[in-house]
Amino acid sequence: MDLFANALNGIPLWWFLVVSAALFCIGLYGVMARKNAIAMLMGVELMLNAVNINLIAFWRFIAPNSPSGLAFAAFVFVIAAAEAAIGLALIISVYRSNQSIDPEKLDQMKL
Amino acid sequence: MLFAEAVTTAPSYLTTLLWLIPLPPILAFALIALFFNRYRQTSSTIAVLSMIASTVMAYIVFFNVWQLKDLGKAPISSSIAWLPTGDTTLSIGVSVDPLSATFLFMVPLACTLIFIYSTGYMASDPLYSRFFAYLSLFAGSMLGLVVSNNLLTLFVFWELMGFCSYSLIGFFYRKPSAYKAAVKAFMTTRVGDMLLILGMVYLYAQTGTLNFFDIMHSEEVLELLGTTPAVGIFGTTLGLSAAALIGLLVFGGVVGKSAQWPLHVWLPDAMEGPTPVSAMIHAAAMVSAGIFLLLRFFPIIEVSGEHSATFTTIGLIGAFTAFMGATIAVAQYDIKRVMAFSTISQLGFMVAAVGIGAYVAAGFHLLTHAFFKALLFLASGSVIHGVEHGHHHVHAHGHGHGHAHGEPEAEAEHADAETHHEEFDPQDMRNMGGLRHKMPVTFWTFLIGGLALAGFPFITAGFWSKDEIFADAYHHGIEGGDPLGTLVFITLVVTATLTAFYTMRQIKLVFFGKARTEAAEHASESTPAMTFPLIVLAVFALFIGFINVPPDFPIFGSIVGSGAFYFKNLIGQYLIEKPEPLAFNIVPVLFSLGVALGGLALGWLVYSGRNLEAGVTDPVERLGGLFRFLNRRWMWDELYRAIFINPMQWLADNYTRIVDKGVIDAILEGGWKAGAAIAGAFAAFDRVVITGISDAIGRGFRVVGDWGRELQSGQVQNYLLSGLIMALAILVFFLFLFR
Repeated sequence: MDLFANALNGIPLWWFLVVSAALFCIGLYGVMARKNAIAMLMGVELMLNAVNINLIAFWRFIAPNSPSGLAFAAFVFVIAAAEAAIGLALIISVYRSNQSIDPEKLDQMKL
Repeated sequence: MLFAEAVTTAPSYLTTLLWLIPLPPILAFALIALFFNRYRQTSSTIAVLSMIASTVMAYIVFFNVWQLKDLGKAPISSSIAWLPTGDTTLSIGVSVDPLSATFLFMVPLACTLIFIYSTGYMASDPLYSRFFAYLSLFAGSMLGLVVSNNLLTLFVFWELMGFCSYSLIGFFYRKPSAYKAAVKAFMTTRVGDMLLILGMVYLYAQTGTLNFFDIMHSEEVLELLGTTPAVGIFGTTLGLSAAALIGLLVFGGVVGKSAQWPLHVWLPDAMEGPTPVSAMIHAAAMVSAGIFLLLRFFPIIEVSGEHSATFTTIGLIGAFTAFMGATIAVAQYDIKRVMAFSTISQLGFMVAAVGIGAYVAAGFHLLTHAFFKALLFLASGSVIHGVEHGHHHVHAHGHGHGHAHGEPEAEAEHADAETHHEEFDPQDMRNMGGLRHKMPVTFWTFLIGGLALAGFPFITAGFWSKDEIFADAYHHGIEGGDPLGTLVFITLVVTATLTAFYTMRQIKLVFFGKARTEAAEHASESTPAMTFPLIVLAVFALFIGFINVPPDFPIFGSIVGSGAFYFKNLIGQYLIEKPEPLAFNIVPVLFSLGVALGGLALGWLVYSGRNLEAGVTDPVERLGGLFRFLNRRWMWDELYRAIFINPMQWLADNYTRIVDKGVIDAILEGGWKAGAAIAGAFAAFDRVVITGISDAIGRGFRVVGDWGRELQSGQVQNYLLSGLIMALAILVFFLFLFR
């Protein structure tokens, strides 16, 4: 724990933010650009995790004595899990009706 | 004298009757025109009954007043206020005075007889009801004119008569000559009426009243009119008194209505109407109205002075017209046209008599002339009817159509007027001859009328009235040394000779000798409805003259006894100064005897023996150029056509061409072109600006809509993209702009 903690000691906050932003952008790209609904769901997971990195990083550097940062991250995990479950269920259901999970072919929402 | 035992008061219901006298025929006109125009028998019955009702009322009035001693000074009169004109009120009303009493005796009687005659004469005309409607209005107007006590209502009825004569002259409106004659009569009389209106306005401006008795019976008013100098255009003085100018203007109306030269041209053409209408126009109504008005205005003319321009004009025009009419009558072949010019000539006698101040003689001749001229016209109509009948008879048999005699006339009459006249003119005296055996009643009555017209001595009315005029003219002219009187006397003597000559010519051509055509051969006497009025009128044509026999006339003066100069004493009351009876003078009597008998004898001699045979040229045609000149009626129509009608037509044509088509149409065309240009500009503005803007707005929405629709692709990644863009925008907003 210490080792791990120390290993991270010298790293400044903006590194975490850069990683988090990069992760968010990768997730966003995945959501926006992939032709597979499951990959989009995975992109969403990446973006949520990027948020989590941010939350933990800000907790550690700005308010280490308050539990709210960890609590937030825990909530995000839970929600991400729920969302993945619901999202996968939706994808299965879409697949059943459309025989495809390519989001470009799913345009019933405009009807 | 009849007036010796005269009553002095009249019953009070007379004024009511006076108001009612013109009403029945006018009412009959309305009834026939509105309700009974499809019922021939009913129409004529209504007309005749209405006329009889008027006659009865008129005679009640007449016999109540004819012996009133001071009727002239105090005419029975009733007025109502009619038009408020600023400070004053124009009153209209009715009255009976000696002059109108005379007419109340003559007019209804003559009208009734003409009505009865018309039931026979027009019996086969398809427009029978219309004829009686107009005839009733005509008679009603004349009665209204007679009982009017003011110039305004007189003028209204005067114009109504003008309208009726127009309608009746143009009665056979399918004949071009008929409607042309109607228009001619209306237009020609209108010229005179214009002057009459001017006279009326001037009179009203001078006196403030149009009531005859307020003017003619007031010495102050007459004196004022006689002494006020007349004001001409732009304030010039004309050298006339107001009375003289008013007299001249009123005389202008008389010239038109009574067919004096130069406005006489309408009367001969008025022959185009049915014959009863001619009788109406020539005797009972129309032309008598003119002389009646002239006599009404005699007091005003009188105060213009003895040798005033007014008297001179009236005398000269009258004498000239008398002479001209008689000369033309000599050279006519149409039986009615001879009568027409005879009327013009006889009216000239009356006007000339007024011109020399012979007021009573003019009125007397008017009265006698009305009877014998009505008689002559109705008798002419009977002749025409008989000859036409004979023509149909011949026609029906000659062509083997086998029509029952007289029956096909019902439809044929109107058509005849157009077609048969081409080949056969039943009014042409050359187609007659020998009718005295075929139509005895017509012959005898025509003879009586003709002799009265010629002035056959003693036993005809015409003699007495002409003699009266001669006596006055002789007294003024030869004895009094007045040049106008002398001229009038000489002209009238010559004219009377011509009158006797053409009358005898007509009688001989129509009734004597042998029938010159088959139609005349087969002519038959007219029905009693037509001969009865002839007989009644003949009685009057013989005896009406005895109402004004001079008391010192040999033999006859003592026969009539106290009735001598009854007429003079009656209508003389109208004047403030009663005309002095002239002492008996044998010279004018000899003249009138001589000219009447001489003219008749000449006519008898010329038209006898070979000259009456068929195919022989009329002796008057041997006058050559003079005959043609007279036959063409002195070329007045041609002259008027050249002087007035053609220039007017030229003016009208050119006006149409230059002003109407050239200027007005051009302006209008320019107007519509300008309008079209403005409208075009507005249309362009509308198209470009208004439509353009609205269209652009619509298109804009469309574009935006199309673009917005693109967003709604239904693809979740696109939605996400827009969500991202929005989020970035909000981020940018809050980070960089909202600080």
